[in-house]
Amino acid sequence: MLTAIEIEKITHELQQVPVKKAACIEALKIVQQQRRWISDESVEDIAAMLEMSTAEVDSVATFYNLIFRQPVGRHIILLCDSISCYVMGFTALRQQLQNLLHINYGQTTTDERFTLLPNACLGTCDHAPALMIDEDLYRDVKAEDLEKILEKYS
Amino acid sequence: MERPLTQHIPDSGATLHIREYEAVGGYTALKKVLREMEPAQVTTLVKDSKLKGRGGAGFDTGMKWSFVPMNMPGPKYLIANADEMEPGTFKDRWLLEGNPHQLLEGMIIAAYAIQATDAFVFLRWAYKDAAREMRRAIADAYTAGYLGKNILGSSFSLEMQLHTGVGRYMCGEETALLNSLEGKRATPRAKPPFPQVSGLFGKPTIVNNVETLSWISHIVNKGEAWFKSLSYTADGGTKIYGVSGRVNKPGAWELPMGITMRELLEEHAGGMRNGYRFRGALPGGASTDFLTEVHLDVKMDFAGVTAAGSRLGTGTMVVLDDHTCPVGFVHNLEHFFAQESCGFCTPCREGLPWAEKILWSLENGTGVPADLDLLEMHTQMLGPGNTFCALAPGAMEPLQSALKYFREDFEQHIKEKKCPYAHHQH
Repeated sequence: MLTAIEIEKITHELQQVPVKKAACIEALKIVQQQRRWISDESVEDIAAMLEMSTAEVDSVATFYNLIFRQPVGRHIILLCDSISCYVMGFTALRQQLQNLLHINYGQTTTDERFTLLPNACLGTCDHAPALMIDEDLYRDVKAEDLEKILEKYS
Repeated sequence: MERPLTQHIPDSGATLHIREYEAVGGYTALKKVLREMEPAQVTTLVKDSKLKGRGGAGFDTGMKWSFVPMNMPGPKYLIANADEMEPGTFKDRWLLEGNPHQLLEGMIIAAYAIQATDAFVFLRWAYKDAAREMRRAIADAYTAGYLGKNILGSSFSLEMQLHTGVGRYMCGEETALLNSLEGKRATPRAKPPFPQVSGLFGKPTIVNNVETLSWISHIVNKGEAWFKSLSYTADGGTKIYGVSGRVNKPGAWELPMGITMRELLEEHAGGMRNGYRFRGALPGGASTDFLTEVHLDVKMDFAGVTAAGSRLGTGTMVVLDDHTCPVGFVHNLEHFFAQESCGFCTPCREGLPWAEKILWSLENGTGVPADLDLLEMHTQMLGPGNTFCALAPGAMEPLQSALKYFREDFEQHIKEKKCPYAHHQH
């Protein structure tokens, strides 16, 4: 069931758009912000509120890289794997993250602290390699910096 | 050397806020337009300047605006494409974070020219600082009377919204962006009808890149002759160029349009890092053909780069050095394009993962000579005209040129049954 806060925020979005469907992505963002991910139940709830079919909402939810249809950790690590970061050695960062966290791409640590995801270009190619944790961008990252960086997130 | 777009952006990386922007002449162009110019005059001015879109395709901006049917009743839309997700491209971030009002002023003037009722900034999710600054700039512009009802006492009204995406390269494609704004999957639309006639919610819509829109106030203030005079070539203005890879000073710089690759690389990017040699570069982001050492004196304008067999694209260069495997480099690119294909049309959905797998097998030492023919076939089958939008043809540009310029590397992988680069990366 959607919470009162979610309903209020989605209602606000509905007032900004000419057709209800147009608020679909915003509604997904709102629910994900509250619950970290989009469950089947959330898909159904959003569909009911926006007068869409669940299949239609799911087709949108599964299309976008940053809408999560599986549970994720408290912190999302997005490692840029695009071309400038490739040239500047993002693979060393991936290796080190895997060593430190014992997880692969797409997985979450057992304590639910981190989820590790590859990410297409973060748009900071002059400071490659780069990664983002939640809203924090780290640039010119070296593998040996990672342990210290991760310590900031509980 | 003038650099109109970036001259007021503080070197500290701070953002130019509304009072500082006004203090350096900000919003005077908007005042001039609202007081002295008819909408059609603004379009004509931009048309005369020959400003070409800075998002990658290089289409004539004023021409695009002139396709909007002006007598149609109902809403019209103006959208700033701030999705910037082309690998190797990081130029709009500078403008968005450094001078958001320059973009807003350009958008308001562009909206006036086409008599738009609503405007959107479609901003990619990863640009958190830009989102914060853009939100603040829009609020400040409302407070100052530059947005909302009857702007500066004129009869022109405009509402502005910031939309932050949820991550998908396709959102940068004009019509896919419209679908995304409508809350749908970002798949491209058939053209015609073109968005200028039937765009967002079926209404006339103009989508322009951030760098393109950032020009508008300057062209209004100083005229089309001045704009043309900034350039070394027939394509007017300056361009924000960038270089990434193993160079001494990776970065972005606003320079006269038509500067050569050599000047960019050697003077601005500080040349190759010690111990690395230049082998080639994608001159305008991930979806452009490689240029090599023989092209270093090519002028980085639309015609110059096209004549050399590539595209200016976004003007942001990714350098390939002699320690990086060209096959691995292209594999990384095709991995990106395969992953970001929207899956809407079959050649792109099926062909890109196939090409990626072939490149992966070459890197792993299991490639066979026939693989090169298959890759060549893909460059044809996924080329222009065979797919619904430009994603797959763009993906084929680095591949086809790598097969041409670095063929011996591909062959060596097959012959030696391994990647010959000692520190190769996947």
